[in-house]
Amino acid sequence: MHNSEGLKLENKNDNSGVEVLKQRYEVSADDFASAGAASAAVKKTLKQLGFSPDFIRRTSIAMYEGEINMVIHGGGGVAEVGISENQVTITLTDEGPGIADINLAMKEGFSTASDTVREMGFGAGMGLPNIKKQSDNLSLISEVGKGTTLVITIAT
Amino acid sequence: MESITHSVTLDAEKCKGCINCIKRCPTEAIRVRNGKAVIMNDHCIDCGECIRVCPHNAKKAISDPISMIDNYKYKIALPAPSLYGQFKSIRDVNVILTALVNIGFDSIFEVALAAQNVSDHTKDILPEARALLSGPTISSACPVVVKLICVRYPELLENVLKTIAPVELAAIAAREKAVREKGLKPEEIGVFFISPCPAKITASKYRIGYDGVVIDGILSMREIFVKLLPIVDKIKEPMKLSVAGARGIKWSFSGGEGSAIDESLFVAVDGIDNVIRVLDEVENDKLSSVRFVELNACPGGCVGGCLSVENPFVARARIQRMGLNLSEENDTNTIDENYLDPEILYWQKTPESGYPFLIDADRSTAIRKLADIESLFETLPGIDCGSCGAPSCHALAEDIINGTALESDCVFKLRERMSTLFREITELQEYMPPPFREQGRGQMINDK
Repeated sequence: MHNSEGLKLENKNDNSGVEVLKQRYEVSADDFASAGAASAAVKKTLKQLGFSPDFIRRTSIAMYEGEINMVIHGGGGVAEVGISENQVTITLTDEGPGIADINLAMKEGFSTASDTVREMGFGAGMGLPNIKKQSDNLSLISEVGKGTTLVITIAT
Repeated sequence: MESITHSVTLDAEKCKGCINCIKRCPTEAIRVRNGKAVIMNDHCIDCGECIRVCPHNAKKAISDPISMIDNYKYKIALPAPSLYGQFKSIRDVNVILTALVNIGFDSIFEVALAAQNVSDHTKDILPEARALLSGPTISSACPVVVKLICVRYPELLENVLKTIAPVELAAIAAREKAVREKGLKPEEIGVFFISPCPAKITASKYRIGYDGVVIDGILSMREIFVKLLPIVDKIKEPMKLSVAGARGIKWSFSGGEGSAIDESLFVAVDGIDNVIRVLDEVENDKLSSVRFVELNACPGGCVGGCLSVENPFVARARIQRMGLNLSEENDTNTIDENYLDPEILYWQKTPESGYPFLIDADRSTAIRKLADIESLFETLPGIDCGSCGAPSCHALAEDIINGTALESDCVFKLRERMSTLFREITELQEYMPPPFREQGRGQMINDK
């Protein structure tokens, strides 16, 4: 289940005065049925805020792929979304197995997904490369055995 | 977006102000105000879900009266192929078309024939459209779907097949044919579409992709059915009027359009909720392997239109059986090229998105408002009871921040306020002015 804790308006800590709308979603492991619910909710919000179709498309694809990654690999996790006037920052945090070789993980077609997952049409090794393609900035911090944090920034 | 009048309207006398329609509306376009349902025009996509769900028959589609055909010297009927599936005992399309002549039409032009032209045209342009697009091409045959895309998925407009609707093509060709063959002036000819749904009524008045009007009147299939029913069984020797093949008439049910264009990998989706789910997937780039997406807002396709009489499953089966009886040669029939300017096959303008869901044109104001909406939403009960006249607690929160509703419109909020007030009243009731009250309460300064 995705539990939205609602949107909250916060001021960035850097005193820039930029207001950021925060959303938080919990993504459960192996829950393909509801995967995509968080990105769908974010998409709806972005439409209400009048972001351009292309920006919304990039954001929702990047977030959907990230969500799926947490479902398949991360054992579930938390998606936090910050929306400001000119950019969206998506922070995906899981406490899964971590990524052993980040360079390899970023390669198109590389996947460690199980056969079961592949049979469901996922695990083609396009997740991270696709996220990178859609985003303006991508930071991936991962430690084997501890988990992974992916910060995706998409700017208008 | 230009302000358009919808064909879905309310019979205020019948409306009981219940919440059935507000809950069912896929675009949350309805609110109950002053005991009556009010449709927000910029949100309405004419899907007819409210007509289907209203237990009091208070929602209706405004069609033209059949008497309107008398305003014209020469009257042409354009029957939607879904009409063919409405009659229990009829297996021959010609019987239905002959019955239309018997009730006063001078000639019949099958929309199914125009559908065969549109199928050919689609086949021709699909490869080119595919080459330019990421993701599948989306059919534009259902006007509800096109409107839904305009208001909720404007970025998918580029994937929409920008071709003329079969009914409009039929109308243009039918008039041209009558002008040339009968020597009539265009204005002497009345072209009437027999429609299974309200969206096609609206779309004929406010055309998608084109300016102007090509259909003179839209008749409700239900009303025409009542006229035809008593006479169809009496027709023993029908005129040979049917020219369209199985390929054209199957446009009336889900999957018909896709199979008529011989597309190898297409999906056919019907029912507004399924349509929304699939558009979400197209938007998420999840259907890029699919080449063509046929979407119909009504369950089962046009046979499920809310102006049809028969249930869509039975109607579909009948039309399929009729198709088997039609000659295969009919499948290759198309409108005589002399009656058509090939240019009209393509949309001449792109429909605008009104962005009715935009919270505010200024984004920082919108962000602030959205945050207000969400924090207000958290204080609402979250049971979506609809008693406030909005379809959900979230919609009420939006309405309150947008200034079209009040917090105390929520019965639970109202109760909260009442109990607070009641507590205050109880406290006030115990209050006595100083001359009458005991020591220890509100003592005078001297007492210190």
